[in-house]
Amino acid sequence: MSLTSGKSGLASGAELDHREIEAFLYEEAAMLDEWRLDDWFALFQEGGSYEVPQAGASDEASSSTNLFYISDNYFRLRHRVERLKKRGNHSEWPRSICSRMIGNVRLLDHDEGVCKVASRFITHRSKNDVTDMFCGHHLYTLSFASGNFKIMAKRTQIDMNTLRPQGRISIIV
Amino acid sequence: MSVTDIDRRETRISPYIIDDRERGLFRVARKSFVDEDILTRERDRIFNRCWLYLGHESELSKANDFLTRNVGGKEVIFNRDRQGAFHAFMNTCPHRGAMVEREARGNALAFKCFYHGWAFNNNGKFATRMPPGTYPDDFNSDGCANLRSVPKLAEYRGFYFLNYDAGAVSLETYLADARSILDMLCDHGPDGMEVIGGEQKYSIRANWKLLMENSYDGYHAIDTHGTYFEYLADAIGGAAEMPAETHVWNLQNGHAAIEGNAPWGRPVAKWIPAWGEDAKSEIAQIKRELVSRVGEEHANRIAMLGRNTGIFPNLVINDIMAVTIRTFYPLAPNNMNVSAWALGVKGESEGFRKRRLDNFLEFLGPGGFATPDDVEALESAQRGYAALDELAWNDISRGMLKPKFEATDEEQMRCFWREWSDRMEDRA
Ligand code: FES
Ligand SMILES: [Fe+2]
Repeated sequence: MSLTSGKSGLASGAELDHREIEAFLYEEAAMLDEWRLDDWFALFQEGGSYEVPQAGASDEASSSTNLFYISDNYFRLRHRVERLKKRGNHSEWPRSICSRMIGNVRLLDHDEGVCKVASRFITHRSKNDVTDMFCGHHLYTLSFASGNFKIMAKRTQIDMNTLRPQGRISIIV
Repeated sequence: MSVTDIDRRETRISPYIIDDRERGLFRVARKSFVDEDILTRERDRIFNRCWLYLGHESELSKANDFLTRNVGGKEVIFNRDRQGAFHAFMNTCPHRGAMVEREARGNALAFKCFYHGWAFNNNGKFATRMPPGTYPDDFNSDGCANLRSVPKLAEYRGFYFLNYDAGAVSLETYLADARSILDMLCDHGPDGMEVIGGEQKYSIRANWKLLMENSYDGYHAIDTHGTYFEYLADAIGGAAEMPAETHVWNLQNGHAAIEGNAPWGRPVAKWIPAWGEDAKSEIAQIKRELVSRVGEEHANRIAMLGRNTGIFPNLVINDIMAVTIRTFYPLAPNNMNVSAWALGVKGESEGFRKRRLDNFLEFLGPGGFATPDDVEALESAQRGYAALDELAWNDISRGMLKPKFEATDEEQMRCFWREWSDRMEDRA
């Protein structure tokens, strides 16, 4: 199904295919499941950001006025990824085993080579004989050119009342 | 507040602690972290008798504002009435128990229980008319149908505490020298402090006392948080070195703090090059205002030195790269609920607020570069205590015989444990 007939035309002239968006998101999830973290970081456009507001926060919550869990600019995101690979990241060493399910992929908007995409997720993280579940939705701002997506901004909205019992967000959910 | 002296008490050996003043040994029984009977006793001797943190005045900015919160394991409504007076009520209906208010926060003239409809003014008075003859004529003459107030409610400089013991000493007496820590915090800005958007609610699968120990544990910083310091070195463009000179303050009644100059920037008012030239002049101005208000020496202490404070039994105020308040309560010996907030200076600019929150998130909270590793350490220790038959005691003797304690010693924890064991053994 091609979505190019929807709103304004595409600057790149590329077809924005729903299956391509899904494939991109599935591959992103696989990178995280498989701890291919450098590949994951490379999905971000330089200057990109990654945010996780508090559990139950609205999509509109702002990291300038609300206390988030994570509000990474590109610099700090790089450090988050570097830290995840280190033995000294005790929370994730030995590594947890994670499984990310993605669904309900929707193209919310697209214009001038930029699109907004939403998906729902269920992520399980297992470590120390305990398996925790996170659920919610991801919001992406993606740039696309000649069939290539880059993440300009990713936001993970945790659709849970609180972070009890999970206690921490030490993985990329 | 004076430099901690080795206090003059005798060596003590109890089922919970060994406090050997002569040899400089301090041990804590691991069963204190795993035993159900000890938790039951803590509920009675500690959580039902100590002053517990309830909330900050800035969370209820207008008349009729309310919030609901679990304090020491019990559901509470914290609110302001039509006149603006502060109240705290047990959030359980005097009729048959349902929670009278189930929203996290709001603004309401009255509370109405959804179960059978009993209603209460926001000063707690029963406000439902019943047909004559439904209840005795003098029903509620004893207040049985009013919302039950917490036995004691008091505030110190905008920080509200409650006490479930009507016979407790006053809050000021209880806080003792910990008041000076709250004073310094309130002095960060000319108009005081406020809680910034949202409460982090998470849990840790470990005994609640481990989080108190961890929150002012200068000893663990380098080992547990090495990756944070690697990040920090890159962020500040230089080596992230821990302070050469630190202080440990015994604030009395089980309260204690560590203090020192750490490598990170502080919103009040320590600039680091990574914040850029604009921030530099803004920080300089904040510092000037601070100096003009509290004097040079005190301003330097407030601005340059960070403080990790534990207020007995379960309030942590960490004034470090940002300010966090956290409180926690045991659900079970091996499980606690944590609530954490960020505090900021009232009236600070949005750009400044953003910088403060960024500083908070780089270290603190469930997604920070440090707190998750603390959680891992606490949960790991908790699992270790399963072997208490083989290894029955923790050691927190570090620095015990030194003439002056440092933040990397364990005196602050000994302050906590002495108070804890006094209360558990009915000596307090
Ligand atoms: S329990 Fe509240 S009205 Fe009955
Ligand atoms: Fe820590």
